[in-house]
Amino acid sequence: MTVPRAHASSPAEIARPTHDPRTEPKAVRIVLITLAIGFLSIFVVLPLVIVFAQAFAKGIGAYLVALADAEALAAIRLTLFVAATSVGLNLLFGLVAAWAIAKFDFGGKTLLITLIDLPFSVSPVISGLVFVLLFGAQGFFGPWLQAHHLQVLFAFPGIALATTFVTFPFVARALIPLMQEQGTQEEEAAISLGASGLQTFFRVTLPNIKWGVLYGVLLCNARAMGEFGAVSVVSGHVRGETNTMPLLVEILYNEYQFVAAFAIASLLAMLALITLIAKTVLDRHLDEGAPRGH
Amino acid sequence: MAIEVKNLVKSFGTFKALDGVDLRVADGELLALLGPSGSGKTTLLRIIAGLEWPDSGELHFDGENALSRGARERHVGFVFQHYALFRHMTVFENIAFGLRVQPRKLRKSEAEIRKKVKELLDLVQLDWLADRYPNQLSGGQRQRIALARALAIEPRILLLDEPFGALDAKVRKELRQWLRSLHNEIHVTSIFVTHDQEEALEVAHRVVVMDKGRIEQVGSPGDVYDSPASAFVHSFIGESIMLPVEVKGSAVHLNGRPLDLVVDGVEAGASTLFVRRHDMLIGPAGESPLQGAVTHVRSFGPVQRAEIVLHESATTIEIDAPRDRDLRVGEAIGLRPRRYRIFAG
Repeated sequence: MTVPRAHASSPAEIARPTHDPRTEPKAVRIVLITLAIGFLSIFVVLPLVIVFAQAFAKGIGAYLVALADAEALAAIRLTLFVAATSVGLNLLFGLVAAWAIAKFDFGGKTLLITLIDLPFSVSPVISGLVFVLLFGAQGFFGPWLQAHHLQVLFAFPGIALATTFVTFPFVARALIPLMQEQGTQEEEAAISLGASGLQTFFRVTLPNIKWGVLYGVLLCNARAMGEFGAVSVVSGHVRGETNTMPLLVEILYNEYQFVAAFAIASLLAMLALITLIAKTVLDRHLDEGAPRGH
Repeated sequence: MAIEVKNLVKSFGTFKALDGVDLRVADGELLALLGPSGSGKTTLLRIIAGLEWPDSGELHFDGENALSRGARERHVGFVFQHYALFRHMTVFENIAFGLRVQPRKLRKSEAEIRKKVKELLDLVQLDWLADRYPNQLSGGQRQRIALARALAIEPRILLLDEPFGALDAKVRKELRQWLRSLHNEIHVTSIFVTHDQEEALEVAHRVVVMDKGRIEQVGSPGDVYDSPASAFVHSFIGESIMLPVEVKGSAVHLNGRPLDLVVDGVEAGASTLFVRRHDMLIGPAGESPLQGAVTHVRSFGPVQRAEIVLHESATTIEIDAPRDRDLRVGEAIGLRPRRYRIFAG
């Protein structure tokens, strides 16, 4: 939209404005834009550049060798399995929780919403410690687990549990506002047309929230792969076995293996970039509502 | 299918949405639930549909207890005010939904479903929209598709919640007539909720007037308009002149002055005199029950509307007079209500 300016150039004009009335003075604009760009450069662009610069500091050969290392491959594999497990579980829990909260009224609903947010407000290290207290040798379930020769801590189950806990809110948080906004009328219509609860969910509710689900899964996955604090506490740092990618980055860095450390870090950075791009695409779909196939 | 509602009560927290409602709807009837917002009309409709459950009371469909069945088993078509079309499905799939979700044993073949949907699209005169999505339709089209979708399951009862409430005036009027002629065609017992009296009076066989969770009156459009059963109905339906009066024995007093009107079965005490605007006849000054002076005259359509200050109470009322009666501002006139009602309170 442009403001018509025809009258501004008329000869009868007396007081010409000193600057364009639609915006701030030039000096203010320059300062604000410089501040914004400077902030973004220091906190976002520079770190990204450094990660990739360090990773390729000794050439692409060294970079590939670092990634092909047995420990690196084990860490990548573990991270993928942990992420798949926790995203899968949280997709299920998140869908169920959002469905209950957005479509039904029941006592304790506010409490449930608060509980869902709990992992966001607790330090991940504390979350990890809670699992140590529950499943450690001296922990609540410790003796029982030992008696049955089950290893939770310092093994895959512990890492997956801690990651699932930390990433629990993502799917539910992405879906609750969306489902609340959509209301329950379409579900009521489906039921009055003879649909069962499951038919209603799969044919009406789920198609309406599919972009929200993808959005939640995407964020959940990014956090699951990048989680450090909680995993660090429960993992035990067994090399080649219980080190996830973020943990391995720290270990390699502490051992002055910078190329290897930044090579793994570059993978995580790429994950972040891909997540951002996918998020932008999904945002557009969510804004438009369900896209129309034609 | 006949519907019988007995003493239904429903509260939302401290708000009493239904406060003991009794109603019988005959098979094939077209009934309007009319009332202001918060009168409980939508709650009653949703209870009949099975989308809401009463705290107490009974609901029977053809003598059979309907409260023992969920919405899914009641076979009731429901049309929502905001259409509630499935936004990710085409018009065709929306209408076909009720047929596709049937248990496998009862489900029609794909060819039969296509035929049925085609018939319904023809019925609502929108066959050319089959492949569109709901967000590509106008409000009136969406509402007709919602109706076709509800009819697809061959409902025993059709319920419509403010069906034309979200549409503009012209489309409303068209759809009203269309709904009435559609009902003449398919004869399914239908109940629609509205807060628009014109809609209720024009479309329905019978009108149920509700207020504060209770039924005030049930009757034909003529009944509720000409013989309102309560002060609420008189003031809610049609435009009324309302004057605070006092009933003393067999006389009516306005501001202490007796009016030459007949009191019929109204208890002594403070009351209200209700007169329709067009039932207030102009007579010679000095010889009529009410005296006043014209302060303003507007002419449009078949009548002229005059503002008159009453001498008795110094209040201003509006009356509709025939256009051939020449009225001038400042003129002193007498007024005689041709028909009137007095309700206590």
